Amino acid sequence: MKFLKFLSSRLLTYIFVILLGMTIVFFVPRFMPSDPVESMLGQMMSKSSTMDAAAIEAMRKTLNENFGLEGTLGEQYFGYMKRVIFTQDFGPSLTMYPVPVKELIADSLPWTVCLLGISTVISWLIGNGIGLLAGIRKDKAYSKILEGIAICIYPIPYYIFALTLIMLFAYIFPVFPLSANFDVSGFTWENLKTVIWNSVLPALSLILTGTGWWVISMTTLSRNTNEEDFVAFARMKGLNERKVISRYVLPNTILPQITMLALQMGTIFNGSLITEILFNYPGLGSLIYRGILQADYNLIMGTITTSIFAVATATLVIDLLYPFIDPRVRYN
Amino acid sequence: MKNWNLRLKLGLVILSFFMILGFFFPLLYSGNVTEWSTYPTNLKPSMEHFLGTNSLGQDIFWLLCNSIRTSFLIGLFVAFFSTLIGILAGLVAGLKGGAVDRIVMLLADTFIVIPSLPILILIGSLTKGTASLFLIGGVLIAFNWPWPARQVRSMALTLRERDYISIARFSGESTIRILVKEIFPFVKDWSIGNFINTILVAISSESGLAVIGMSSNSKATLGTMIYWANQHQAMLGGKWVWIGSPVVAICLIFIGLFLLMTGQQQYSALRRGK
Amino acid sequence: MFEINHVSARYNMLTSFVNAVDDVNFNIEKNEIFGIAGESGCGKSTLLKVMYDLVDYPLEISSGSVRLYNGNSETNYIETGKLKECWWKDISYISQGAMNVMNPITKVENQFFDTVRRGYHKKMTKKQIREKVAAYMKELELSPDVLKAYPHQLSGGMRQRVLIALATFLNPRIILADEPTTALDVVVQKDILTMLMSVQKRMKNSMVIVSHDMGVHYQVTNRIGIMYAGQMIEIGPTDEIFSHPKHPYTQMLISALPKVGDNSQKEGIPGTPPNLKSPPIGCRFAPRCKYAADECRKIRPQMVPVGDKHFAACLLLEHAKGGNE
Repeated sequence: MKFLKFLSSRLLTYIFVILLGMTIVFFVPRFMPSDPVESMLGQMMSKSSTMDAAAIEAMRKTLNENFGLEGTLGEQYFGYMKRVIFTQDFGPSLTMYPVPVKELIADSLPWTVCLLGISTVISWLIGNGIGLLAGIRKDKAYSKILEGIAICIYPIPYYIFALTLIMLFAYIFPVFPLSANFDVSGFTWENLKTVIWNSVLPALSLILTGTGWWVISMTTLSRNTNEEDFVAFARMKGLNERKVISRYVLPNTILPQITMLALQMGTIFNGSLITEILFNYPGLGSLIYRGILQADYNLIMGTITTSIFAVATATLVIDLLYPFIDPRVRYN
Repeated sequence: MKNWNLRLKLGLVILSFFMILGFFFPLLYSGNVTEWSTYPTNLKPSMEHFLGTNSLGQDIFWLLCNSIRTSFLIGLFVAFFSTLIGILAGLVAGLKGGAVDRIVMLLADTFIVIPSLPILILIGSLTKGTASLFLIGGVLIAFNWPWPARQVRSMALTLRERDYISIARFSGESTIRILVKEIFPFVKDWSIGNFINTILVAISSESGLAVIGMSSNSKATLGTMIYWANQHQAMLGGKWVWIGSPVVAICLIFIGLFLLMTGQQQYSALRRGK
Repeated sequence: MFEINHVSARYNMLTSFVNAVDDVNFNIEKNEIFGIAGESGCGKSTLLKVMYDLVDYPLEISSGSVRLYNGNSETNYIETGKLKECWWKDISYISQGAMNVMNPITKVENQFFDTVRRGYHKKMTKKQIREKVAAYMKELELSPDVLKAYPHQLSGGMRQRVLIALATFLNPRIILADEPTTALDVVVQKDILTMLMSVQKRMKNSMVIVSHDMGVHYQVTNRIGIMYAGQMIEIGPTDEIFSHPKHPYTQMLISALPKVGDNSQKEGIPGTPPNLKSPPIGCRFAPRCKYAADECRKIRPQMVPVGDKHFAACLLLEHAKGGNE
């Protein structure tokens, strides 16, 4: 029963977050000075020499319809919400007409999920592993060195790593490709190799930056846990070091780290966004950027809404899994 | 001073260095740093131009100092307001409880989960690189207040149950006085750490935006400096000072901020007798 | 069966040493409950740790050793430094404050599984172990439901009882308990003490109970050792010590205890214990002792017999006995 209460309150928050996010995405552009339809019309008019007034008017109407700009603001809002929620239809991409935005997003999503998922998992695992070691052996020299390195790495922003890696491995030692432009239609071994080769630098960049935070937080956590009474007692019972670490220290330190992971989802996504842009990696991030650069209204709204949805869902999943891992939460 | 640990001292040294660069030095310069073609382009570092000049004809050293100042100002602006709003929201939510608590937490959770960058990029693109730094700062505040709010709220919740608060309440002390006298000292320590961390996050976010050209391109921040350097192929052209100096500055400033924050946390834990 | 041979232990505080235990020498017999009494800071907990061979920095043994003898043997023993191998199987330890000593994220029964593997049950399946543990809990009059609970769901008294069950399950020959009843309310205290006594009676092992509460010693122990400022100053059967305390310190301790029907004014013991960084030469109680003579401040008293199996370390007692040798 308690779990149902927990579940329903989390679901409520989840739905509210997504709705609020979609609302923000909907309204922000409308408070901005530029009108995308006018600017598109302006572009078209400057390209073609003649266009009579009736044609321009017809074009304007069509564009407005496609953008969902017909009617009052309220009508537009509800129309938009209805469309998106029930049919996930963001309309056609305006720069790649008539390809639906949905399709573009579906193509790019696997890239992002792969890159983000794998690099987050790797940096979480490595970071926590190093942190665990450094915290338990806090008096050894290498523990302090590891922590020191993490302190130097953690504050460095994502893009600096990306830029540095690009400088090093694409300019100075041209090992990896500068940007990931490739066409991977079809599931061949060649294509897979290309994909992996192109993903190495962005993944490396994300992993390097991500690990720092996990190392630092885990070191403090494991150092404190190691000094807890129940760990001392476990040693007093004569358990060997390996059992003490794996059964007593590790489970008690991993749990807060899982909660932390849920909270960090937004930040991690931000970082991957910039990384994708800088490496020209064909994921959701680059799509957002492309949409923005080309003022592709529908694409922008679609991709940003998708990213909000993705992060909210990831957070929800972790939140819901947590009671199954931590018995204290379960029985409270 | 004697309880100050190494991190605190080191962080303070690094930050003081950059604060001097950022707030004192620009006073010595009388021109407009961002104006193009003030000087001959691509000069090597010399006595006249400490770090040389770049492809836009700007003096790199003075540009750097001003950029540091602007970035710091953004950081302080965002940190101040988001900490203030966050603490107030957290206290109100924690002490009042009930519906107020629920609403505040709902709002807070929303802004934690929604990734800030896409929204910022959206704003940046719609203003085509001319967004006012206040606008960007405002959005950053909106996305950062939930963190202190959450923490302060849980502190307020535990404190609400403590005996001495009940006694104070029973003896008729007004809520505000309880807030200030009893609860504030606990909140203060953590808030300082959070304040410093928010400076870091704010500068990081703004510079991240700037690097992809979504911030206020005409203003001098560390991020925009990198942006312009990139636009002019500073890497390809081997103009390492131009792109390297803001990068190094950002890294060092962040390390300094981080050291300061963790040093302060350790110091206050020591003072509390841990 | 357990010897403490001239043990001295100190805490290494880098700039100085705190001499917590100074030349303590006594034995524990089979099938007895031995109490170690004394005020806070007298070194009894440290002594217990040394006995368990739980000597971690900054604690170090400066001289002496302890020996755990095997069975009835007089020559076969395990000494300080090697006791770790017998932990929980032959010797166990119940530490002060049961609040936090169990792993918060596993059920109580898992706390048993851990230790059981160390014992003679290495080849048993989990199911068999579970049955054995449940049976043992019943013996101790604990509900086996407790096994399925998490530590935070149990009350303080319950946790202490589980700890005792844990510490005695493998039937070790000697059990060391550090302040087992402090931080529990009086009613629960009685339960715990009763439990300890019944376990001892049934298993016929030895127990060493450290407590500053003389009431605990009176109810439970067969013999007591009184410690003061790191030294053992009196040792003997409980009844003897309570009815005929010989050392001035013990006398003041006992007289300070309330007795039913006794209306007399109670005196506290004036003064404070000495600083263990630089303890006084000679008798450490001399500064507070009303019988103190000059030589008391110069010569350190040795243990002398003052009754049947009853010893005390006081120069005045030495002189009194001197004539009757």
